[in-house]
Amino acid sequence: MIEIFGISSQALFGQLLIGLINGAFYAMLSLGLAVIFGMLNIINFCHGALYMIGAFVAWMLLNWLGIGYWWALLISPIITGALGVVIERLFLQRLRDLDHLYGLLLTFGLALILEGVFRQNFGASGLPYRIPPELTGGTNLGFMFLPNYRAWVIVLSLFVCLGTWFAIEYTRLGSYLRAATENPALVQAFGVNVSRMITLTYGFGVALAAIAGVLAAPIYQVSPLMGSNIIIVVFAVVVIGGMGSILGSIVTGFGLGIAEGLTKVFYPEASSTVIFVIMAIVLLIRPSGLFGKGA
Amino acid sequence: MSAHAGTTASSSAAAPLSWKPFAVLAIFLIVGPSVIYPVFLMKALCFALFACAFNILLGFTGLLSFGHAAFLGMASYGSAHAAKVWGFTPELAILFGTVIAMALGLVIGMLTIRSRGIYFANITLAFAQMVFFFCLQAKFTGGEDGIQSVARGRLFGLISLQSDMVMYAFVAVIFFLSFLLIYRIIHSPFGQVLRAVRENEARATSLGYKVEHYKLAAFVLSATLVGLAGAVKALVFQLASLTDVSWQMSGEVVLMTLLGGVGTIFGPAIGALVIVSMENYLAELGSWVTVIQGVIFVLCVMFFRRGIVGTLMDLWAKRNAH
Repeated sequence: MIEIFGISSQALFGQLLIGLINGAFYAMLSLGLAVIFGMLNIINFCHGALYMIGAFVAWMLLNWLGIGYWWALLISPIITGALGVVIERLFLQRLRDLDHLYGLLLTFGLALILEGVFRQNFGASGLPYRIPPELTGGTNLGFMFLPNYRAWVIVLSLFVCLGTWFAIEYTRLGSYLRAATENPALVQAFGVNVSRMITLTYGFGVALAAIAGVLAAPIYQVSPLMGSNIIIVVFAVVVIGGMGSILGSIVTGFGLGIAEGLTKVFYPEASSTVIFVIMAIVLLIRPSGLFGKGA
Repeated sequence: MSAHAGTTASSSAAAPLSWKPFAVLAIFLIVGPSVIYPVFLMKALCFALFACAFNILLGFTGLLSFGHAAFLGMASYGSAHAAKVWGFTPELAILFGTVIAMALGLVIGMLTIRSRGIYFANITLAFAQMVFFFCLQAKFTGGEDGIQSVARGRLFGLISLQSDMVMYAFVAVIFFLSFLLIYRIIHSPFGQVLRAVRENEARATSLGYKVEHYKLAAFVLSATLVGLAGAVKALVFQLASLTDVSWQMSGEVVLMTLLGGVGTIFGPAIGALVIVSMENYLAELGSWVTVIQGVIFVLCVMFFRRGIVGTLMDLWAKRNAH
């Protein structure tokens, strides 16, 4: 067995893989937060709850309707995204002219409601969700064993993240979006329905969370608490990357996942705090985050 | 929270120093334990101070911290540890816990105070979570079990606090003095500057105030008083646990403040009383309590942004105007 710094390569690559998987979820969730923050200027506190709902919709589709993973990957984001649209129209829209902190407080309240309802109905323990048969098993790469499903998660999340980034930076719709972020009144004057765009942006950000939820269902158990466990870390990721930066959230998400995995190998005691320590250091050196344009 | 702050500022700045609310408070504190179970009352007082101290920052400086549980929790661990392991007398244990919260407030404050609005909320939350994970893993906190069966000890080495009524008297005095202090701070020239910062930071800067110093002072002050609440709470319940450092606790204090009335002196205390009674009497409903809290949050944000006391003050002003 090969050893690097006294650590077996198997353990090292194993933890790196776990880090990469966690990073994929951090990236997708912080990307959704960044998209929403860019347009609505609010921190979507119920992002974790909506990620949890994305996973639960997949579970319900399978256990109540017999609809499998692949369809769930499409249907769940649509349903959850629609829920996001409803939330935006019912609540957030009415708060647009107020201090943005009210948006944060409102979504925090919604997170409590959504989590409470699911905990009441499904208990706090997790429900299992099987890996789809097409993706069971794994591949031996020589230096490590790579489960197929995990490889799929990394590939799909990279695809989703880079696709979103491309759509925002290089398409016409994306340019409208960026323009509306800079100056909504002017874009409105050009005949673009900014209000609808804001609603749809929120729905899209929520759908991203739901995709992450469906992807997570077979890896972590489907549980009402899965959202609040991950979302606080994602908030730290967002602070490190710089709030609202699209590419920043993707790079930081994957990077911090890997950093966390490596810490688990070399200094396991610090693995749950390392992201927050990195955050403190980044704040001291660059208060607006690694990719931020200034607070 | 500038959206509603204008009306609050004019009403609270114009109000002269008044002893009346304190007379009411004193009567409530004296009569209270003969009507209400003293342990419950002490819990309500702890959370009332927690919320009022939090409000120095949110209501009077305009900074929403989403990480105040860190100060409550660390102070409660500090005082529980000092009382149980080192055998400190209760007043020293409380002092020790409070100083810990103050030091932590200084460190976190220096790191976060330059950020504003949502950034500030997010960053304080992340720091509080760092403290949470520290408490989860550190040896002295007892991890998931917390520090249990902490002896209340003898006050100044003389008076045993074992009886709930004696403990209550001690706690009531601490809280009466703390509320007086908060009231005094808000109505001092220092408090005026804080409100100026809340209303218009650039203007305050241009008038020559070192805004960051004032904000940091408000942050440390708030953290210290929150720490006092946490340190006392640990002795009342003879327990320090992870609940007090969790982010849910940071959210709960925001809810109490919002419900009672942001930027009013006594509002947060009333909000705390409502939430604590709700948790107490609806405990058998399980997770529905969380749902109800969420609903109150949403209702407050959508329709009721002035909170209970703020709304009452508006009604009162309207009645007097006619």
